[in-house]
Amino acid sequence: MNPQGERWTTDQVLALAPDEASRRAGGKLAAPGPWSETGADDSAVWGQCKGSGKKPYQAIVDITGPAFKCTCPSRKFPCKHTLGLLLLWAGDGGVVTAGEPPQWADEWLAGRRVRAERSARTTSGGGAPSRTPADPEAAKRRSERRLQRIAAGATELEQRLTDLLHSGLASADGAQGGTSWDETAARMIDAQAPGLASRVRELGSAVASGPDWPARLLEECALLHLLDQGFLGIEWLPAPLAATVRSRVGLTTEAADLLTGPDAAPVRDRWLILAQHDSDDGKLITRRIFLRGERTGRMALHLSFGGPNRPLDLALPPGLLLDADLAYYPGARPLRATLGERHAPAAPGPVPPGVGIDAALAAYGDALRDDPWLDSWPVVLTDVTPIRGRDGENWQLADADGESALPLDPRVLGRTGLWHLAAISGGAPLTVFGECGHRGFLPLTAWDPTPVSL
Amino acid sequence: MTSPTTTTATTATTATTATTATTATSADTTTGAGASAHPSPTATTPPATPATTPAPWAELVTAALLGTDRRTPPVAVRAGQDGAAALLDAAAVSTVRRRAALRPALAGERPTPAPADPRPPLPPAARRRLALLLADRGGTGAGSRRGTAPDLTELLPQWLATAGERGYRAPEALLPALLDAARARTDLRPAALALAGPRALWLAQLNNDWKFALRGSGATSRAGASTRSTGPENGETPTPTPDTDDPEYVRRLWEEGLFAERVHLLTTLRRRAPHTALDLLRTTWATERAEDRLMFLDSLRDGLSPADEPFLEQSLSDRSRNVRATAAELLSALPGSALAGRMAERAHSCVGLDRTAGHDGPAITVEAPHECDAGMQRDGVTPKPPSGRGERSWWLGQLVEATPLAGWSEKLGGRDPAAIIALPVSDDWRTELHDAWSRAAVRQRDADWARALLGAPATPSQSAEVTPAGSSRDLAKLLTVLPHDERAQWVAEFIAAHGLSDAFRMLGVCAVPWAEPLGRSVVDALDIARDAGSYPWSFSGVMGLAERCLDPAAANRLDMLTAITDEPEGASPGSGGYWAEAFQRLVGTLRLRATMHAELTPPHGPTTTTATDTEPDR
Repeated sequence: MNPQGERWTTDQVLALAPDEASRRAGGKLAAPGPWSETGADDSAVWGQCKGSGKKPYQAIVDITGPAFKCTCPSRKFPCKHTLGLLLLWAGDGGVVTAGEPPQWADEWLAGRRVRAERSARTTSGGGAPSRTPADPEAAKRRSERRLQRIAAGATELEQRLTDLLHSGLASADGAQGGTSWDETAARMIDAQAPGLASRVRELGSAVASGPDWPARLLEECALLHLLDQGFLGIEWLPAPLAATVRSRVGLTTEAADLLTGPDAAPVRDRWLILAQHDSDDGKLITRRIFLRGERTGRMALHLSFGGPNRPLDLALPPGLLLDADLAYYPGARPLRATLGERHAPAAPGPVPPGVGIDAALAAYGDALRDDPWLDSWPVVLTDVTPIRGRDGENWQLADADGESALPLDPRVLGRTGLWHLAAISGGAPLTVFGECGHRGFLPLTAWDPTPVSL
Repeated sequence: MTSPTTTTATTATTATTATTATTATSADTTTGAGASAHPSPTATTPPATPATTPAPWAELVTAALLGTDRRTPPVAVRAGQDGAAALLDAAAVSTVRRRAALRPALAGERPTPAPADPRPPLPPAARRRLALLLADRGGTGAGSRRGTAPDLTELLPQWLATAGERGYRAPEALLPALLDAARARTDLRPAALALAGPRALWLAQLNNDWKFALRGSGATSRAGASTRSTGPENGETPTPTPDTDDPEYVRRLWEEGLFAERVHLLTTLRRRAPHTALDLLRTTWATERAEDRLMFLDSLRDGLSPADEPFLEQSLSDRSRNVRATAAELLSALPGSALAGRMAERAHSCVGLDRTAGHDGPAITVEAPHECDAGMQRDGVTPKPPSGRGERSWWLGQLVEATPLAGWSEKLGGRDPAAIIALPVSDDWRTELHDAWSRAAVRQRDADWARALLGAPATPSQSAEVTPAGSSRDLAKLLTVLPHDERAQWVAEFIAAHGLSDAFRMLGVCAVPWAEPLGRSVVDALDIARDAGSYPWSFSGVMGLAERCLDPAAANRLDMLTAITDEPEGASPGSGGYWAEAFQRLVGTLRLRATMHAELTPPHGPTTTTATDTEPDR
């Protein structure tokens, strides 16, 4: 992907697809039949695709972003039309020829250029507060009111948890007299604490979730209790830990403030995209993009959300190297970050260096010292071999020495990713990226040596 | 559920300590109790460290399960603190402590690594193509019009065949998708598994969904015999084949293997050393079950030779009727066999030449057998006809079918096949007799007879003449006896004369890509069909075949057909647009096939054999 008009490979295009269905649909559209007015220049590809309606859809891709635009109503991002267009272009069948963008494409492309220049100016302008609230006093009052409501919610939740422990976890299984976890979660939403609410919902699913559920329920209750207590006593916590508690409870930080606010501390590095993984809970698509800085060695996680009328806005296939600014959200163990200015177009990156199993577990343990609520920590493992565990059912990643192994997260069973991993390995060691946590290792990308999403 | 094994934590986590300390502090401030954030535990163990001495996790769980109302939790309770809150404090510390102290698990037994596959990897473009083809296998929603996009599912078999011929191996990351595709479509299995190679079999041992790949490959028992090397038997055939060079291994697999493994072993051996295979079969023949005997006997079809006659002759007395019939069928395919001689004798006594018959010169007379005696039954003649057929004509058909065709020339006045076919036949026996000769021509792969029976394709009445009412003759099967170029020529002329309606199965037996006169005549016929004003889906079968089988070089010539034409007078409404769409898809598919082909062709020229014609399934 360079600005000199070099074509992407089909792999790169396919890696952008949000799911298998889009990949398939895009592949179908990668034929000249439905397309007209196609063209490409150094930085963009465009074309009109005849769909079911009268008016063809206008698909435009800014390949320097990459950024996508299509007039179709799909909430997939990128949609099948932009994927088909890119595949057609990448396939180099002579259909998409070099040219000047037509007016309908140029409007959007020009708009992007203007926005990019404007944001570059504000960034370089520096110091100027990005957004001043209309009435700082009122904003402060609002925020204090919210903190009070969350505190009230946390207190109520504490009561609920201690009540549960008084009568025993066994009572949580079925016939408890009190309110259900769903109701409690709804109370937490009312208290404007979405972080607490989602943890409470998790509790509901931990009840009677197979053998060992009391232990799992107690773990989750205890960590929720820890979070409640942390929030209720937040003024005694060191600032980074307080920030972690705040974000875990559900208080968000504006991404724009991270990049341009007074305390902005963007980290410039060459960031290798380690994985892009989408999950869909039916209402919301969450896209998680993991990156690691070449110079700093720091891990970062970029989150974006898509839903009805709100397409995902960022697609970065694994294996790309991105010279860009990244700003971390505050916390005792920063991981989540937002993407700032890009200094060069993305280019293909190397197979990342990794660590062994001991170091991976140590990295998770170390991260827990700062943020006890972490379920996992992202790591690149190197020279590990996927094998079946001693029980013959679950899978593990065996270390190069052959003695020790890291169990795979049971959630990987039944997913095709496990079989991709086994096929790429063929019983030989490989490099794999994933999340290492108390449930085991969840693999997300393997290198063969090109990155393969699992 | 597994999680990494844990050991007792040595590092308390700073954050947990900080937050639990907060708990203590806030609790203390509200109750106004002393400054000590870490009161000594009440348990018997003395406080060794400033942190609370952890109670075992299991005890915490038990206490939590029962409830603090029933049991005092085994944790330190600060003054004024609720027992439940103290239990949660302790559980939080313990949880984070255990998570932070995760240790690696003991590694399971390592599998033998997948055997190396020496074949070269696919070129990058071909690899991406395969990914696309495999991603498409879900198919479109039912009932949706096909539109102008090529049907990738239908191109997969061709792609697999070509990639296999070029000697590539499949990309590792695509093996699961390839195995899934082979699982869903049995027609893809041989080519998909061949391309997937030894690593796919290695993988299939790990996943029950893919056990089909091991079936018949002998790989299961190979895996069991773990001391044996698992490397590919030889460089150029990565398809799993039993190691037939090892007599001891062969004997053991034959005696102990599963049925499918044994069939596969026999088939493989038969291809390499026909006689050894027969000898192997003889060792256990008497003890095999009837169904198994039938299958084993069937595998002798490959490499059939006069050397097999004694065994087959003996099998004519088998206990099972089906085994007897198969043995007879095999013997009749050996023109020099005693059975063929006996059948010829019977048939020749039924069919003769009457030189004095009527005004048209000599004619064939037929006197069908009057009974089906024990000798005939032993030679495989089925006495009972299917309903609707007369016994005598049924018996005659079987006799003629099993009679060597070469003998008829002498019997019928030294005529060649064409002259024999041209002879009139008395008493309406013509159809019956010619049908039987057709079956014999197919069974004995006799091109001269097939040619004579097919006749000239363009004869106006050919369709009715070659397959008159009541005939069961199978033209497509007869065509398979002819060489490829002759076959294509015949079908091309047939289509030019009679159109596409009866041509589908004939097209199916022609070599891919279609040779030139054939391709042109199919396209012309489609064009004529469009002008006739019908809808293209009346020809969807032929259209689909054309997409897969036309020579991609024809794409440019077809371009002009993709324009939407004015609908002819009386045409079905909208048909012009649908035809344009169908031709667009045809051209698109042909271009795609040309691209696929090019992607599979290495820039330095093919390293192994060039592509040979492949035949679609008959």
